[in-house]
Amino acid sequence: MNRLSDTSKYALLYFACISGAAVFLLVVLTLTGNSYLDMSEAFLEGSTLNAGKWGETLTAMVPIALVALGAIVCFEAGYVNIGQEGQLLVGGAAAAYVGIHFTGPGPLVLAALLICGALAGAIWAGISALLKFWRGVPEVLTTLLLVMVAFQVTGYGLKTTSLIADPNPVAGSRNLSSPELAENSRLGEFEIFSNQISIGIFIALFLAGAVWLVMNRTLIGFRLKTLGRNSLIARRAGISEISYGSGALLFSGGMAGLAGATILASGLTSYSFSPGFSLNFGWGGLLVALVIRGKAWLAILAAGLFAGFHTGSQFLAATGASRQIGNLTQGIFVLALLIPPAVIYLWQRRPAFSGEIR
Amino acid sequence: MSWLADFTGAAGDVVSNSATYEVGLRFFAVLAFAATGEWIAEKSGTMNISVEAMMLGSAFGAAVGYDVSSSVSVGFIFAVSAGLLIAVVQANMSHRLLVNQFVVGLTLNVLVLALVAFLHSDLNPVSKTASSLGIPGLKSIPLVGKALFDQNWPFYLLPPLVFLAWWLLYRTRWGLEARAVGEDPVSSLAMGIPVLARRRQAVYFCGICAGLAGGYLVLGQIGRFENTIVGGQGYLVLAAVIFGGWSLKGALLGCALFGFANSLRLILPALDHPLNAELLSALPFVLTIGMVALVAHHKAGKSRQPRALGSF
Repeated sequence: MNRLSDTSKYALLYFACISGAAVFLLVVLTLTGNSYLDMSEAFLEGSTLNAGKWGETLTAMVPIALVALGAIVCFEAGYVNIGQEGQLLVGGAAAAYVGIHFTGPGPLVLAALLICGALAGAIWAGISALLKFWRGVPEVLTTLLLVMVAFQVTGYGLKTTSLIADPNPVAGSRNLSSPELAENSRLGEFEIFSNQISIGIFIALFLAGAVWLVMNRTLIGFRLKTLGRNSLIARRAGISEISYGSGALLFSGGMAGLAGATILASGLTSYSFSPGFSLNFGWGGLLVALVIRGKAWLAILAAGLFAGFHTGSQFLAATGASRQIGNLTQGIFVLALLIPPAVIYLWQRRPAFSGEIR
Repeated sequence: MSWLADFTGAAGDVVSNSATYEVGLRFFAVLAFAATGEWIAEKSGTMNISVEAMMLGSAFGAAVGYDVSSSVSVGFIFAVSAGLLIAVVQANMSHRLLVNQFVVGLTLNVLVLALVAFLHSDLNPVSKTASSLGIPGLKSIPLVGKALFDQNWPFYLLPPLVFLAWWLLYRTRWGLEARAVGEDPVSSLAMGIPVLARRRQAVYFCGICAGLAGGYLVLGQIGRFENTIVGGQGYLVLAAVIFGGWSLKGALLGCALFGFANSLRLILPALDHPLNAELLSALPFVLTIGMVALVAHHKAGKSRQPRALGSF
């Protein structure tokens, strides 16, 4: 290995990890009697190759990227918010509530439901922030537990007509659902090569730029990063753990809530809130944030890839295969991609504890 | 004041019914198996959030093991192997490659959920509960006799396991080193204790315990596998250890409390006290958040949290 340059060593490492994940998938799929080739073909068709699929994938990218951007800020500040799935659900439900009960001109309702979605997500994360700084409960635990509560709270909302349940359910259907969002308060779409792309993509791009700018070019970003790198130094420098820490938690919750609102308004779930509304995007966005290690512009790319997994596996599900393949693929590749940076870190700089690794 | 009368009436019914204790104790046992392992992992410095993945993976393993062999023991062997396998991934990634332990745990939770759901739709294993093992005489004690002494046999693995965990951590050299590693890894390293190895071993132990929990969940409590079978109980386990102030007794008390809250979902409707289904399902989690918040503050002055918990 000594003869290889560092770069080729790293490239080889990444290649080994990714192909390891691919082999794992191959084994699982073959053992369960599926054809790897057929499936990957259907996967590509469903996510990109078929007519109009680019647009679907890019539309699905928006909420994943939003969740990831919020999570980046939170991780950079040293706080582990891993309850985005719940914050996204609450945000989506709040947006549905506003969409149903708020009457006014369409664009105004749209703006209101996006803002309320973000606020609801921030409030849900705020519970964890409150418990963290007031009672000292680890935010890792409370954000996770609140995911479970969020499922029940939104489930209750779906059964209650005064909240978000459909007062005139489709006859014969036993599926719970909220009424569809009025047509003039949906996020618009534009067309490129007969692909319908939600204008939500501009929200995601704008926020990615904003997060990059704030984290890398402003005092706030510098303070957040200092807090994340070394909280003792941050305290000595007069950076308030409470205001910056809870700010980071609220921001990531708000972004997850906004993601929920965009799922609703961009029609990924036919413009209504129903069980399974989150599409697993809370977890997906979180995984994106874990893989890209703090780079906002990469969030867009990685979210696009994950959105491809989503649309691809939906297409696959329509052919009768399990919908879970998308989630499975995501999970295994994320696990594989966690390894190379860690190994490179150990190669470059041997911390005290690596002495016994050999 | 009719709601007060309703409430006391319902509470009276719940407390005076022997089924309460029987069902409640099963919910407790699932949490307690896993919490015993999680306690050791946390004492040595790992906040092991992949305990949820370990429980789910091993529950599925138990169902598959029973499906292929029609034997509960084989089911348990499969369950423990599955739990251990996930623990090996968690331990080696977080305490060999030094990836952040929460990141690994979370990824494993997502991955195992997807993998199990995928394999479940494909294999669809059939299982049932183990035969019950009543202790003559004792099981006819009124109210709690059936609960304590007429469970199926895997239940009785719990007391020896709890004793083993306590003995291991407080009466062996390994346990002393594991606790030292959780308090101060740098000094431990200077003393010549292999810090990362001890932490890995503690996570392996947690994997075995969570494997027993998953196996008990399928083969002792429910009798069949569903994708939602664990449904956040791993997070209750985490909370129970924190609630217990990192003592084994406290953690088990937490398990009893949260397990009982969890069991009300079954007990209240069965006793004709219908309550909102969502409220009942959310109750254990809300109660857990509330109780942990209460206790965390109480213990703030003399925090017994392992000082290096969550770091490396």
